[in-house]
Formats: sequence, C-alpha cells, structure tokens
Amino acid sequence: MSLRTATDFLFDRITRRLDTPLMVATVVLAAISLTVVFSASGGVTFDRMLGQLRNFMVAFIALWVIANISPQTLMRLAIPVYVVGLCLLVGVALFGDVKNNARRWLNLGFATIQPSEVMKIGVPLLLAWYFHRREEGLSVKDYALAGLFLMLPVGLIVRQPDLGTAILVFASGFFVIFFAGLSWKVIISALIGVSAAMPFLFERLHGYQKNRILTLFDPMQDPQGAGYHIIQSTIALGSGGILGKGWLSGSQAQLDFIPERSTDFILAVFGEEFGLIGNLLLMTLYLIIIGRGLMISMNASTTFSRLLASSITLTFFTYAFVNIGMVSGILPVVGVPLPLMSYGGTSILSMCVGFGVLMSISTHKQLVST
Amino acid sequence: MGTTIKNREAELNTFRGRILFSAFAIIIAFVVLAGRMAWLQVLKRDYYHSLAEANRISVVPVVPNRGLILDRNGEVLAANYSAYTLEVTPSRVANLEKALDDLATVVDVQAKDRRRLKRLMEESKNFESLPVKNRLSEEEVARFAVNRYRFPGFEIRARLFRNYPQGEIASHAIGFIGRINVAEVKKLETANLTAMYKGTDHIGKQGIEASYESVLHGVTGSEQVEIDAGGRAIRSLAKSEPTAGNDLTLTIDIKLQRVAEQAFGDRRGALVAIDPTNGEVLALVSKPGFDPSLFIDGIDPQNWDLLNNSPDKPLLNRALQGAYPPGSTLKPFLALAALESGRRTPTQITHDPGYFNFADHRFNDDLVGGHGAVDLHKAIVVSCDTYFFQLASETDIDKTAEFLSRLGFGARSGIDIDGEKEGTLPSRAWKERAFSKSPPEARKWYAGETISTGIGQGANAFTPMQMAHAIATIANDGVSYKPHLIRQITDSTTGQKNIIQPVIDHQLDFKKSNIEIVKEALADVPKAGTSAGAFRNVGYASAGKTGTAQLFSLKGEKYNANRIGEHLRDHAWYIAYAPADKPTIALAVLVENGGKGAAAAAPVVREVLDYFLLKKLSDPKKPAVTLDVPPNSD
Repeated sequence: MSLRTATDFLFDRITRRLDTPLMVATVVLAAISLTVVFSASGGVTFDRMLGQLRNFMVAFIALWVIANISPQTLMRLAIPVYVVGLCLLVGVALFGDVKNNARRWLNLGFATIQPSEVMKIGVPLLLAWYFHRREEGLSVKDYALAGLFLMLPVGLIVRQPDLGTAILVFASGFFVIFFAGLSWKVIISALIGVSAAMPFLFERLHGYQKNRILTLFDPMQDPQGAGYHIIQSTIALGSGGILGKGWLSGSQAQLDFIPERSTDFILAVFGEEFGLIGNLLLMTLYLIIIGRGLMISMNASTTFSRLLASSITLTFFTYAFVNIGMVSGILPVVGVPLPLMSYGGTSILSMCVGFGVLMSISTHKQLVST
Repeated sequence: MGTTIKNREAELNTFRGRILFSAFAIIIAFVVLAGRMAWLQVLKRDYYHSLAEANRISVVPVVPNRGLILDRNGEVLAANYSAYTLEVTPSRVANLEKALDDLATVVDVQAKDRRRLKRLMEESKNFESLPVKNRLSEEEVARFAVNRYRFPGFEIRARLFRNYPQGEIASHAIGFIGRINVAEVKKLETANLTAMYKGTDHIGKQGIEASYESVLHGVTGSEQVEIDAGGRAIRSLAKSEPTAGNDLTLTIDIKLQRVAEQAFGDRRGALVAIDPTNGEVLALVSKPGFDPSLFIDGIDPQNWDLLNNSPDKPLLNRALQGAYPPGSTLKPFLALAALESGRRTPTQITHDPGYFNFADHRFNDDLVGGHGAVDLHKAIVVSCDTYFFQLASETDIDKTAEFLSRLGFGARSGIDIDGEKEGTLPSRAWKERAFSKSPPEARKWYAGETISTGIGQGANAFTPMQMAHAIATIANDGVSYKPHLIRQITDSTTGQKNIIQPVIDHQLDFKKSNIEIVKEALADVPKAGTSAGAFRNVGYASAGKTGTAQLFSLKGEKYNANRIGEHLRDHAWYIAYAPADKPTIALAVLVENGGKGAAAAAPVVREVLDYFLLKKLSDPKKPAVTLDVPPNSD
C-alpha cells in the first residue's frame, strides 16, 4: 500500500461519516465565533478565544465519535440515557446545590453537572425510539404516554427553576411528537388552552421571570435593572448600522456596556461590529444548517431517524430564534446561548452532539425492508 | 401487511407535510428576525447611534483653580495644594460599616473621619462621591491601589485643597470654604450657576471666601472623555480649559493683624483698624479665632460642638456682629455735635461736683469730688461724665441720633463681607419700634434715658467697626470712606491688576474749627488724659479716647471688678488714630469684660501703633498688657 493510498484511506476513514454542507457551515460558524469571542473579551488577550477553540475541539471530537455510531446503536442508548437523566434530575431535586436561588447543579464528587442538559438529547432520543417502536399504528394512548415521558423531566426542570432549559427540553420533545403526526386538532386546542391559561400561568412565574417579560414591553421602566440588557443590546445592534463599526471597534462592546457580551449576548457584539451584513450572513449560515437538517430528516430511512433528526434541527432553530429574538428585543430575556457562537463548552458540545446524530443518520443509509 | 404499508405511506406523508410546514414557519421566523435587524440597523440606526455615543462620551467638568487670597504685601492667606483623597460613593457600597472596617487595615481611617463621613452622608445625595480621608500619604495611596479590588465604590482622586497657612490669624476676615450644602445648591440653581459649579465641591461659606465667591471661583472648563460602562474614563476626546479664579489682594496687613491678635492674648474682643484716607481695613480682629481649615471638608461633630457651644463664641465675628455700649468713646462725637449745633462753645464751663442731679435721681461721676471747672477740651481729656450729663440734659435725643447717624452709627458700614450688624442708635422712633409690642408707657422716651445715653450708656450699642469708621471720619476731617477689605483683584489669565478705588460714602460739612477742637482734645488724651499710662514714652503723636461700658448697674455702690462675675465686668474700649496731625490709621479696640478702657484696651492700641508706625514689636513672650490705672481714668 503506497503512502498515497494510505492517506486516502485515512482521509476517507475520517470524513466518510461527516456531512459536507453541515460540516462546512459549522466550521465557518466556529471561525466567526472565535473572531467575535476575541473581540468580546476585550481584544487584547487570547485566553478566552483559546478557551473557545478548545471547546470547539472537544465538541468536534464528540461530533465525529457520534457520527460514527450507527442510528441503530443510538436507538439502543435511548432508554439508558433517558433513565439516567431522569434519575439525575430527581437527584438534583433532592440533593442539588443551590446557586443564584436555583437548584440546578448536582455534585457528583468528581464533577458538578447540570442534568437538565442531558435531557436535551435524552428526551428526543427516547420519544423517537418510542414512536419508532409504535410505528405500526399510533393510538391516543401512545401520545398520552409520550406526553408523560416528556412532561416528567420538563416538570422537574421547571421546579429547579430553570424556565429557559425547560422550554427547550419541552420543545425538543414536542417536535418529536409533532413530527410523529400529532393531530392538528389537538395542537390547536392545546394552543387555545394555553393562551386561555396565560394569565394564570403568568401569576405562577417567579418575580424575576415576570420582570423579564414585562421589561420586554417597556424596557425603560427599569433601565438600570431588568431592562438594562435589552436597552444596551438594542443600542449596540442599532448603532452598528448596515456595515457595522468594524472588528474590535464597537463602543458598546469594547467599553463593556453589553452585559454577558461573550456568552448569551454575543450577537450584540457581532451585530455592532459587523452590522446588518454580518447578521444576515449569520442567519444565512443558520438557514443552511437548518435546511440541511430538514433534508437529512426527509431522506432518513427509519421513523427513529426521521423523528430524531427533525427534532434536533427544529431545536437548533429554536435556540437561534430565541437568542436572536431576545438580543434584538422581541423576546423576553431567557438564558439561551446563540448556537455555535456564544462562549461556553456545554452549549457547543450539545449542538455538536446533535450534529453528530444528524451526520450519523445521513451517512448510515440502510435499506428498508418492504 | 397492506395496512402496514398504507400506514407507513400515510405516516411518511404526514411527516413530509410537517417538514414543509416547519420549513415555511422557519423562513417566516427568519424574515421576522431579519426585518427586526433591518429596523434596528437601518431605519433606527441614527437614533441608536446617538444613544451609543451618549453612552460612550461623558462630558466631565474641569474644575478651575480657586483664586488665592493675599494680604496687602503679598503674603499668602489662602492657597491651594493638590493631594490625594480617598472618596466613596455610598450608593455603590453594600455594607459601608464593614467596608470601612476593612479599609482601616489599609488606610488610617480614624473615628473622626467616620463621624464626618456620617454627617456628610446625611447632607448629601447618595450618588455623590464623598471624602473618607484627605491628604493620603504616598504609602497609603500605594497600599490602597494594591487592594483596590477589595473596595468597590472607593476611589482615590487627586484634588485641590484649600489651605489657610495663617491658621487662626484673620480667620473671621478671610472666612473659609466648605462643602456645598442643599441650601446652596438651591441658591446656585436660582442664580443659574449649576453648570458653573459642576465638579466643584466647595463654596465660600464666610468672610472674603463667601462674599467674593464669584471672583475666586473661576470658570469651569469641560472635557469630553470616553468612558466604559463602569464610568471609568478611558481616554480624552476633547478639552476646553477652565479659567482659574482671580486672586484677591486684601487691604489687611497680616503682620499688623498678627501683632493685634497677639496683643489680645487670651482675652475676648475685637479690633478694627482703618486707613482713614481711603477706607482700607488694615486689620480686622475678632478674638478668639478659629482654625478655618477645620471647616473645609465638613467639620467633625466634636470640633463643631467645641466651637459652636463654647461660651467664648469663637465663630462670632465680634468686629462686625458684636454690638456693645460705647461708653465714653461716644463723648468726642457728642462734643462735636454740641459744637456743631451751637449748644456749647469751647470755652463754656460746666462745674463738676462729682455728681449730676436730674429730677430726683443722682448720676455719679467716676471721680469722687468731681473734676471742678470743666470745659469741652478737659471734658474729653479727663472723660468728665458730669459735663456730658449736663449737655445731654439740654439736648433732644432725636437731634443727637440724627447727628450720630451721619457718622455711621446705627447703620451698617457696608464693608464687603456679610453678617454685619446695625447696632442700636437710640431715639424716640427707635424706642417706638423696638417696644412696639409693649404697653404705651414702655414705648415712650423718658428724659432720664437721655442722660445716660449722654455718656454712651443706656440703649447705645455699636459694633467695633462702627466705632472705627466714625473715628476714621473724624481723623479724616469729615470725609468718610467706605470700609473695604479688597485692595486689588488680579485677573488670573491676563495678569491685569484691577485696583479697587476707594469710595467716599459721605462728606460731612462739619466746621473745620469744630473738628480741630475735638481733635486737639483727643490728641491730649494719650499725653495727659485717661490713656497717658498706656502711651508713656511713646515715639509718635496719637489721638484717642478711652471707654468703659457698664454691663451691670451697681445702684450707687462702688464698682469692684473682683466682686462680680467675669461675664458681668465692664467692656473696655479704646478708639484712636495716628499720627495725630496727619492720620494714616484709625482704630477701635474692644476688650470684652476687660474692665477699664484705659487699662485693658489702650495698651492693645499702643502695641498696634508701635508696630504700625515704628515697626516695633513687643516681646512675644511677655503676657498681654494690662495697666494698673486709677479708677477715675475713664
């Protein structure tokens, strides 16, 4: 075997489970993320940018590993992941550490973890598995049971309280049920029911959660408190104009007016320095990823793959939409990072795990027995 | 089997339908987001741009240097120095008490600094930066800088401080600055000066510092700086320089002032020395004094109690605000009134048996047995009470009041610092006013009252400033200049010296010969009269008049200073001018509860004149002079 064939083989071995459009878009986003994180961390030291690079490295390795696992194997992991995740959530409720008035973390002795993150993949995995098993014909009872599987972890997360994560976990599970074919009648009547219950639900929210929603409608009522984030991020975006102020030149970003500028509000830094052009480019990249995800779902060969891939894609969209909406001031401030852009290992890792699943589905085509 | 396939087909169709639906919804969502971005970044771009600029750029005031205050010879009375101060913005500190405890391990914060801070916090708004400790040492600055992260809300600033190098000397004239309080903020607002005082923490509170505030303050400049979200300045963008306040040169001669203050020793009292030819105030003493620097950054409660509640009232400017019965110092003016009105001729004799009977009351003269035959000259030189009792009994009180008011009695002199009192010039109209709430018989003027006012007792009460002003007018032959403390204003930018022109406030058309008669008598007082003891072996010719103001009616008993309480003892007066023929200084001295004017007040004047005319200094170690004089010497 010549050297040439050896490298070819190695290259093939590495890339054969990767999906080119998805991978290219992800790498471009990673490059943008590193650029913006450098600017958002002051534009002087490389510490944070290198940290983000490490986050991407770890996430890409996870992506590659998962892409090389076949969907059938992934399906076998559904129950264990879900059960372990559920146990950990119960553990949090009983023994969790309290930080900032919320019980979200579980100290395992060697590491502190946030089990709700596990459920972001655990819930769709389990539900996709469940509907796959019941593909011969779904009854009302199946949907009810699926609803129970979904609401159990969501309820535990709401109680922590962590409304942002609860909504995302709920969304990821709901998407599975939706794509499994939950009837429109049920969806619409549920929507009407929820809207009717809105005032009651609003009253049940915590004070800070209510404030976030109220300040969305009138940020100026508390410009130094709850409204500060929205006011400063819209100023940053708006003042960026069409072309932006240039990399490292955003006054809102560089002078520290944007809170959490390298994490949840990184879009404000990006939008200020790269303007509307930058924002549209970013949204285009997100659309490419989402579009590719939907294509993979369409072409997936099993119910499990279809439901899982579409749920992951729609969840990714939800992340992007909620974050962009929040930073631009049309959605309440909830702790949702901008996917593949915000600084932070957990978020990038969970995105890449999802992409790994998508790639596994797209590259492990199998014939369906007829 | 067939139904399974059909089911699968149906399921797949549903799935594809939902994917299409989702794709459609996602596109709409992204259109909404893109629309929102276009709204912010294109349509509202200018609005947000201006907000971002407002965030980024802060216009900070650049405080001008306050003008200096100098004495007439250029000696510094109030100056500025820059030093580091540790300041705190209380609203940014969660637990101030604890923070101060921690801070004490780094910087020497004393109990009095804490008390002062507490007081300042009560008076100020929370977001203001307040001084915790002034004048930090280099070492303290370095120690704090290292530990700064531990103390959010605390900051070190380089600031200009006011310094009063003379300490207590001339403190009442110079006054002091202090932190701007709520009432002053309101005043600045109504005067439209809020912008001018941005960044200025201090304002003149008393004395020259207060009355010449607008001259001393200067014009505030401004600087555009880029700030970060924490309000820290990052870099300067543009700057308009402030204009420093103008320097003031006072009419006061601080060396003379010092001699005068030392001459008082520990006694309470006041002295005003005026150049009669132009109204310049050469010395303005009020004893005891106070250290003006205590007030600059808010006096701590302990020192405040000490000053404010002291029975000696050091904060009272006795020279302008203390009204005392003039006693015999009023006699030369009453004599002039008698000459001017024709009531007396210089040679007209009054017999003094040692008392004066009026109705059924006997008014005693100081000298038992009396002075015998007394003319106007002798009446002044020996301070004969009987002569003036007799004169008063023939005079209408309103006529006397009218004459004295022309010499400035009973009115403010108009000196250029605040707080001056009018004193009391008794007349029928005055009594009517003063007792307006009393029954009619109490408002009526009684003839007996005229007799005691005739020797400067009764309701008469004048400030040392009024006495000095009046004697200066006599010294200057009836031409009266308005007393003032500022000699020159030096423009801080051009260096141009603006000399203050003397203002004649009234030119009295007294007969020259009448003035001469009174002046000759006054010139004989230190030679052969009541103050001869104090002016023994003097190297110049001066003129003067003693006075002893009774506070305590003895009802015919003999006065014995040792038998009555110190605060009921007589006030000692001496008014004078020198040289007698061509006066360049006129002065009034009051020693509170000092006893006899000749014994307590005249020696003070002697020391001041010795220095002023001969540059002779008395031995500083020698205690303040009081002479033993016979009881009839007043």
